[in-house]
Amino acid sequence: MNCRRCDRKASIHMRQHKLALCKEHYLEWIPEQTARFIKKYEMFAHDEKILVAVSGGKDSLSLWHILIKLGYQADGLYLGLGIDEGINYSHESQRLTEEFAASHNLKLHIVDIEKEYGQPIPVIAERSHRGHGKPCAVCGLAKRHEMNRIARDLGYDVLATGHNLDDEAAVLFGNTLNWSSEYLLRQGPVLPGTAGLARKVKPLCRFYEREMTAYAIMSGIEYIYEECPFADGSQSIFYKESLNQLETARPGAKLIFYLNFLEAKKSGKLFLEKNVELANLHPCPRCGQPTSTPDQCSFCRMIEKTQSETG
Amino acid sequence: MVAKLILRDKEYEVRPGMALADALKKSNIVPESVIAVRDGELITDDEILKNGDVIKLVAVISGG
Repeated sequence: MNCRRCDRKASIHMRQHKLALCKEHYLEWIPEQTARFIKKYEMFAHDEKILVAVSGGKDSLSLWHILIKLGYQADGLYLGLGIDEGINYSHESQRLTEEFAASHNLKLHIVDIEKEYGQPIPVIAERSHRGHGKPCAVCGLAKRHEMNRIARDLGYDVLATGHNLDDEAAVLFGNTLNWSSEYLLRQGPVLPGTAGLARKVKPLCRFYEREMTAYAIMSGIEYIYEECPFADGSQSIFYKESLNQLETARPGAKLIFYLNFLEAKKSGKLFLEKNVELANLHPCPRCGQPTSTPDQCSFCRMIEKTQSETG
Repeated sequence: MVAKLILRDKEYEVRPGMALADALKKSNIVPESVIAVRDGELITDDEILKNGDVIKLVAVISGG
């Protein structure tokens, strides 16, 4: 199979696009497409300050790599979650992120959850009794809270995450299975900024996970290959595997699933009414971030509970 | 006469002369979930495997 642009031997074949490319042209194609998506979904402009949430994984490090290549002002944010589980998971993720930042001369902010809140994620999960014995729900909540806090505190215009199409399709699949209309309404490449909430964007949302892995390998990006020890058996991985079975039989199925959803949502043809009001938000009395719960936000209630149990 | 596929800590032996796509299918590996690397270079699924080939399969799924 040969590269469509130069006829050399191809390194990757993207069946959903009927496109094969060699390494050189693939490393051009990914940033070109990313620039197209940033423009299409009006994510940000060149004069805006971007904070990239980096985990040490292939997607977030590749996103940072691409944004710098495209000439954006992008700094990194690494959240130390304190996950060890015998494989030094967080420590190794942080090391790889720091090495990436240093080798590309980039600014990296590091926030350690244990230093900020007195305990690492697995302990917060255990003490808050959230998540049915797994810390994933607590981890997600803490990451969303902290990413927003840091982006606002440090004056960034936009927060960029490395979600790829498989991440988005898996979330969409889960929300569709459950007909979670409120979550379906919120999903998209851009979550606009509102009072207290930073604008969130997903510039990689139209690339398959396989494509981002290929980009990281071809670019020589060293990323954490080991899966988070708590992710084993997770629902999102099960959904991704199921969608990949579908994709193998029907190339392009994942892409069509996601893009047609975005189109239906935009045009108002989705089963949902276009202008359903979101829940009333008010500032949390403790941290000031918007929340729909009556008093403190879920994160602050969780931290308060774990701290009172500690004390 | 054998070619090897390695995915994490598992090894699969396949017959040389078959295409990578067929080798993956025979080994019950979903092609969409891996990237195949031979001698540090990515290969496409129409690549014919040769005797002695060692193909590293990089798992692509992450997240929890």
